[in-house]
Amino acid sequence: MAAQANALSIEELKDKGKVLRRLIIRMTTEAGSGHPSSSLSAVEVVNALWFGGFMKYDSQNPTWEARDRFILSKGHAVPVLYAAMAEAGYFSTDDVMTLRKLGSPFEGHPNMKRLPGIEASTGSLGQGLSLGIGQALGARLNKNGSNVFVVIGDGEMGEGQVWEALATAEKYKLGNLTAIIDQNTYQQTGATKDVLDLGSFEEKISAFGWHTQTIDGNCQKAVVEALEVASKVTDRPKAIISKTKKGFGILPVLEETGDLNYHGKPLSPELAEKALAFIA
Amino acid sequence: MYLGEISGLKVGQATRDAFGEALKELGDKYPEIVTVDGDVGNSTRTEVFAKAHPERGFNVGIAESNMVSVAGGLASTGHIPVVASFAAFLLCNAYDQIRMSIAFPSMNVKMVGTHAGISIGEDGPSQMGIEDVSLACSLPGVVVMVTADAVSTKKATAAMIEYEGPVYLRLGRPNVAEIYSEDDTFEIGKANTIREGDDVTIIANGLMVAGAVDAATKLAEEGISARVIDMHTVKPIDVDAIQKATRETSAIVVAEEHLAHGGLGSAVAMVVSQATPVPMAYVNVGDCFAESGDPQGLLDKYGLTAAAIIEAVKKVK
Repeated sequence: MAAQANALSIEELKDKGKVLRRLIIRMTTEAGSGHPSSSLSAVEVVNALWFGGFMKYDSQNPTWEARDRFILSKGHAVPVLYAAMAEAGYFSTDDVMTLRKLGSPFEGHPNMKRLPGIEASTGSLGQGLSLGIGQALGARLNKNGSNVFVVIGDGEMGEGQVWEALATAEKYKLGNLTAIIDQNTYQQTGATKDVLDLGSFEEKISAFGWHTQTIDGNCQKAVVEALEVASKVTDRPKAIISKTKKGFGILPVLEETGDLNYHGKPLSPELAEKALAFIA
Repeated sequence: MYLGEISGLKVGQATRDAFGEALKELGDKYPEIVTVDGDVGNSTRTEVFAKAHPERGFNVGIAESNMVSVAGGLASTGHIPVVASFAAFLLCNAYDQIRMSIAFPSMNVKMVGTHAGISIGEDGPSQMGIEDVSLACSLPGVVVMVTADAVSTKKATAAMIEYEGPVYLRLGRPNVAEIYSEDDTFEIGKANTIREGDDVTIIANGLMVAGAVDAATKLAEEGISARVIDMHTVKPIDVDAIQKATRETSAIVVAEEHLAHGGLGSAVAMVVSQATPVPMAYVNVGDCFAESGDPQGLLDKYGLTAAAIIEAVKKVK
C-alpha cells in the first residue's frame, strides 16, 4: 500500500540500499551484461523515493489510478529500478535474476508493456522528462493528487528535448513534477565535463523557473532531506541535482580494475564476489 | 483544373478543416480527449477544439520532440491525446519520440499530420510531408490513414478516437473535391470502392482519389472500365479488396501524393506480389523534393493528375 505509512528511517534506508546494491550486482553479473555502475550511482535516490515515504504506490495493484509515478529516463540504469520494485513486492528477487534473458520481462531497458509497474518505456535518452510532464498534466486533469518523479542522467542532459521539457514544465507550473539529475559525472566514453560540459545544472535549471537544490546524492540523509523540501514546493516544478559517483558503494573494487567509469559492463563473477563482500 | 472537376465533383472543405470541426464535436462526447500542439494549432485546426475546451488544449511551443512525448505521458494517465503538426515536422522531427513514447509502448495517441504532400503549394518543400506515410508505416502497431475528403475525414476522426491504440492520420491543406456523402460508411482497414469497373483497378488515397475518379471517367469514354478504390487505411491494408482486384481486373495502378518508396504503392505491391500478380503502375511524387509554387501547378508539374493516371493505366492494361 501507500509507502508513506511505512517510511523507513535513514538507518533502515541505508540497510535497504545495501540490499539494492547487492541485487544490482548479482543480476547484472548473472546476465553477463548491463550497466551496474550507472545503476549504483542512483541507489540513494531510488531508495528514498520507494522506501522513504515519498511515493504512493501499491505493488499489488500497479495500475492504481492515484499512484505516484516513477520514470527512469536514464533507462540503462534499470537494474536499480528492478531491485527496488522487487523489494517493494512487485515481483520476487529471484524473478529479476532473469534480467536480459530471452523471454524475461526484465529487459535491458524498461519496457512498460511487459512489466506492470514500469511507468515509461525508456532507453532512447532525453524523453523521460517530457513523458513525466504528460503524466503530471494528466494527473492534474484527473484531480487525483498523483506526483511524478523523473530520474535523468547528467550525460542525458545533452539531449535538446530535456531543455524543451524544462521550459514546458515551468509554463504549466507543474508542482507535482520532480526531476532528479543523477550527476555521476561520467558518460559512455568519458567524463561528462570532457564530452559536453553543460556547466552548472542548478544555474541553468533555476533560470527556467524551477525550484532547485544541489545535494550529495550518495548521502542517504541528504537525499531524504532534499525530497522533503521538494515535497513542500507545490507551485512550480522541482529539480534535485544529485551529485553522485558512478559505481558508488563498490568504488574500491572498481578502482582495482583501473576503470572508474566502468560503463555498460557487468562485474565478472570474481569481481562481483569482491563487491558483494565489500558491501556487506 | 482541380482534381475531380472532370467528373463534376464539387470542391468541399480541406481535410484539416473537417478534422478540426469533428474533433471539437468529439470533445463534447469524450472528456478524455486532449490536444497537444507545437504552436501550429491554427493551421492544423486543433485550435477549434482547444478554444472549445481550453483546459484540455496544450500548446507546448515549437518543440515537436517534447510535444510527442508529452502526448505519450498524457495517454498513460488515461487521456486520449491528439497530437498534431505539419506532417513533415511531426513525423520527421519527432520520429524517435513517436517510436519510443508512442509506438513501442502502444500508447493510445492520435497523431495527425496536416499539410501533407506537395499540394500545400507556395511554402515549398521544407514544409511538404512527402515521406510521412512511409515513416508511419514503419512503426509496429500503428494504424496509418490518409483521407480523401471532408466527409470521410470526419468519420475517420471519430473512428480513430474510438479505436484503442496509436494512429497516424494524414491530412492536407487545400480544399478538395467531395467524394463521399454522409450515408457512406467508413471503417478503419476497410477500403471503399468508389466506382465499379472490371478492366483495371485504380487504388488511391488522399486527394488522388478525386484524380482516380476523373481518370475513370475519361477512360470510360474510351471503353475502358476502371474500378476506383479509396485505400484510406494504408496500414493495416485491406488485403481482401486488393486480392479481389487482382482476380477481377487485369492490372492495378496506385496513385498517391507521396514519394514512390514506402507509401501506398509499396503496401499494395506487397499484397499483389503474394496474391495473383498482375501488372502494376504507380503515380506519385517519385524520388525527389518538390518546389514552391501554386498547388495546382505543382500537382501538374509533378504528375499528380488524372492524365498521369490514364497514362499509367494504358501502360499496364
